[in-house]
Amino acid sequence: MAGIGGAETTGRKARWAVLNVLVVAYALFPVLWIVSLSFKSKATLADGNFIPREWTLENYTAIFSTTEFVRALVNSIGIAIIATVIAVVFGTMAAYAIARLDFPGKRVLVGISLLVSMFPQISLISPLFEIERTLGLFDTWPGLILPYITFGLPLAIYTLSAFFREIPWELEKAAKMDGATPGQAFRRVIAPLAAPGVFTTAILVFIFCWNDFLFAISLTSTENSRTVPVALSFFTGSSQFEDPTGSIAAAAVVITIPIILFVLFFQRRIVAGLTSGAVKG
Amino acid sequence: MSHAVTQETGTPPPKRDAKAKAAISEGKKAERRLGLLLCAPAVIVMAAVAGWPIIYSVWLSLQRYDLKFPDRQEFVGLDNYVTVLSSPYWWNAMWITVVITVVSVVIELVLGMVLALVMHRTLVGRGIVRTSTLIPYGIVTVVAAFSWRYAWTPGTGYLAETIAGGEPVLTQKIPALLVVVLAEIWKTTPFMALLLMAGLALVPDDLLKAAAMDGANAWQRFTKVMVPVMKPAILVALLFRTLDAFRIFDNLFVLTGGSQGTTSVSMVTYNNLIKGLNLGIGSTMSVLIFIAVAVIAFIFIKLFGTAAPGSDNGGRR
Repeated sequence: MAGIGGAETTGRKARWAVLNVLVVAYALFPVLWIVSLSFKSKATLADGNFIPREWTLENYTAIFSTTEFVRALVNSIGIAIIATVIAVVFGTMAAYAIARLDFPGKRVLVGISLLVSMFPQISLISPLFEIERTLGLFDTWPGLILPYITFGLPLAIYTLSAFFREIPWELEKAAKMDGATPGQAFRRVIAPLAAPGVFTTAILVFIFCWNDFLFAISLTSTENSRTVPVALSFFTGSSQFEDPTGSIAAAAVVITIPIILFVLFFQRRIVAGLTSGAVKG
Repeated sequence: MSHAVTQETGTPPPKRDAKAKAAISEGKKAERRLGLLLCAPAVIVMAAVAGWPIIYSVWLSLQRYDLKFPDRQEFVGLDNYVTVLSSPYWWNAMWITVVITVVSVVIELVLGMVLALVMHRTLVGRGIVRTSTLIPYGIVTVVAAFSWRYAWTPGTGYLAETIAGGEPVLTQKIPALLVVVLAEIWKTTPFMALLLMAGLALVPDDLLKAAAMDGANAWQRFTKVMVPVMKPAILVALLFRTLDAFRIFDNLFVLTGGSQGTTSVSMVTYNNLIKGLNLGIGSTMSVLIFIAVAVIAFIFIKLFGTAAPGSDNGGRR
């Protein structure tokens, strides 16, 4: 990024700084607002001030003392992690095959995963609702994990096959020369090289599972498997005269924390992962 | 997985005799077998949880099947389709969905391009900018939707007081839709921008410099040099976002709950299915949405030609 004129660089920098502040403000404003709401006391909740006049933790203590929220949090974490692990393992296997091996039906697989990634999820709700009721999967963890794996897979396959293509072929060949089978070459040579890509993919799939609302609201009915986004939307105050705003805001902030952590620590990886699969010139 | 592969496959003997040929084809076979084995779990899951249900929903859509009256289930042919396609609720929802999709995707493309240029070119604080723009992408849609809802709630919200003058924005159709579009744009512009930024990275700096030398101004460099190179990236970004926007559900559910005629097709389907427990009608709507999405995707892929995502994935290099 060489500035063309050396003298005007400070001016340019200042202009960029202003633009950047605008972008950051755009991105953070709604987040800061919900954080602010979550720290407001009952008396000041409805004062419309952007910054709380009175800071309190009572909204947080309130939600963590209800089983409704704690159960939902456990469900969210458990379901998202299990679905992510399975989707990434299956996705890694398939992406390796797509990037490295020659076999019939490869294009079909790529086509199918493209199709699934474009799928309107609502179209699956009615059949899955009926099928899961019949199989006894309705309102259970596996009942949500299965669709999450299914929609996580195309994402995993794309991102990973893009990553795998970047890995130098020669290393695998060298391993084969040394007598490794394709399977061994996969486990011993490629897998360690691919680990960063796999990790990135896991973050993306986790964010997808964590985010889901439609499946979670349609395929659950009790605390058994209800995840936080859904529990949030059902929050009511402890009495009908109580406003749930504070509780909703606090719960919203709690489930935003993992996202913020991912973004802070793995910004580069997430950007690479999101763009690698999508754009190939 | 390695048990499926025999040991001699890895090292083809250098001499080209019949034995070597056999070893190579043996190796090829082993490679095929491994390839199929590695893909099998993914294919099985996608076929079982996406493929089969969509076929099943076509079958369900041909039934009268209301869970409130389960014994009255019977095959009714295309009756459900007639019911849905002659329903003003359905067409209103379709109209609302299309409007939200088109308006938000167009604005996102423009804003996303600006954001991509900022992220690509910025001289200071690039890390901070990228990190903060990832937050709207990553944040749970329902959380963001609640943030917007409270911001526009009279009394509680800062926007309701300052911009709307204390008006209950979310209870009027057009203002409510504007807020929904705003929430969509806020959440997904960064994703659009990232995809576009990947396209920007493909634009050679030399080409831009040469164009500048030839006297092209910034706008001409943008339209004549950058956009043509970025075309595949732009189309991919548009396709992803269009299909995604067409599925809009979370934002509407939280922001308006579908009141004042602000339901999307996904919401109408959800209401019939989960609230109304009418599997026949719900499935019919599912199938119709599926067809609509297929048509959108088909049009885009026709536009892409060879630049379609995945067309490159097929061949190894």
